[in-house]
Amino acid sequence: MVTDLGGAQEHGDSDHGHPPDHGNDHPHSHGHDHPHDDGAAADPVRHVPDTRLVELEYDVLAKNDLLAARNRVWFEDRGILALNLMSSPGAGKTSLLERTIRDLSPELMLSVIEGDQETLLDAERIRATGCRVVQINTGSGCHLDADMLARGLRSLDPPSQSVVFIENVGNLVCPALFDLGERSKVVIMSVTEGDDKPLKYPHMFRAADVLLLNKLDLLPYVNFDVERCIGYARQINPGIEVLTVSATRGDDLDRWYDWLRHRVTAAA
Amino acid sequence: MHELSITESLVSAILERVEGRVQTVTLVIGRLSGLVPDSVRFCFDVCTQGTRLEGAALDIIDIPGRVRCLTCDVELELPDTILLCTCGSANVDIVGGQELRIKNVEVMV
Ligand SMILES: Nc1nc2c(ncn2[C@@H]2O[C@H](COP(=O)(O)OP(=O)(O)OP(=O)(O)O)[C@@H](O)[C@H]2O)c(=O)[nH]1
Ligand SMILES: [Mg+2]
Ligand SMILES: [Zn+2]
Repeated sequence: MVTDLGGAQEHGDSDHGHPPDHGNDHPHSHGHDHPHDDGAAADPVRHVPDTRLVELEYDVLAKNDLLAARNRVWFEDRGILALNLMSSPGAGKTSLLERTIRDLSPELMLSVIEGDQETLLDAERIRATGCRVVQINTGSGCHLDADMLARGLRSLDPPSQSVVFIENVGNLVCPALFDLGERSKVVIMSVTEGDDKPLKYPHMFRAADVLLLNKLDLLPYVNFDVERCIGYARQINPGIEVLTVSATRGDDLDRWYDWLRHRVTAAA
Repeated sequence: MHELSITESLVSAILERVEGRVQTVTLVIGRLSGLVPDSVRFCFDVCTQGTRLEGAALDIIDIPGRVRCLTCDVELELPDTILLCTCGSANVDIVGGQELRIKNVEVMV
């Protein structure tokens, strides 16, 4: 469901009931086409006369990709920079946003879409900074999808030439599969998670444009090799940009802000 | 578990596209798609309950990953899901194995 500041709610997990956009994915049959050649021809069920084979060739993520493409155009038309922030639970997405809003809101127009399975807690933290925010609760869903984002945007109604931060559900697996139509994907990892995470969650690190390594202030207390972690991330994704920060103590946030300013200029 | 929402959407896509009782569903799942076939099987049984797909057999065609190495300009099939060329370079473009497709369904007539 989508919750905006006024408390309007919508169900985010009802998207499967919507009619899909029928593009050129109508069923069509190829009379000559065999189902596949993995030995299934030996299965007598396939050849009983009272069944019919319908070729669908339907791309399961196509619907999300189409809606994401629409979101992307929507953002571009308005010169809005949309960033999809992803991490495991507790890596510091909301903390980074709170701090970023406090430091940059005099300079940039910022708003936030918060994705969580349950609660309005993160949205309340963002709202406490004075920033516009809409909460999307995904229920059992472990990621935001493009349709949920589109509905969240309708409630948020962000101004042109602004920045929309999308805080995805805390999860290093599923959000990587769902394009939202964002300009960049930012993966946040904290030094308490272990430096091998890029190798263990390659989809996420491959999809990301930037890796933000957070909780740098905790480095003295944990066994975490920053260079090794960056090496692993580049092994998975040679082009990934890496920034190291502490969202709570404030270390090196200027580099993150410069990165943001640079993107804002490019999007406008 | 993203397999659940993906399986829900593929079940509804099939229900919207075909009439009648479904006997077999054939999916194409690439090894680089991020989907675990066993989880899809589990979710398929759950998501099809009470629908025209209940009890349908699920065939999954597995497609290995394929990459083009930008260092040595060859295309190769991967033995696993690690994006590395045999030359040791990780600078590769994925050219296959990301499929996630409903190929066909067999329906009762
Ligand atoms: N020491 C330290 N703690 C941090 C830092 N950033 C965040 N934290 C703490 O980490 C905990 C989780 O931070 P959140 O910002 O709620 O993390 P999140 O990624 O938004 O969490 P979910 O939305 O639940 O996935 C909180 O106790 C924060 O105070 C940091 O840079 N250093
Ligand atoms: Mg949070
Ligand atoms: Zn090579």
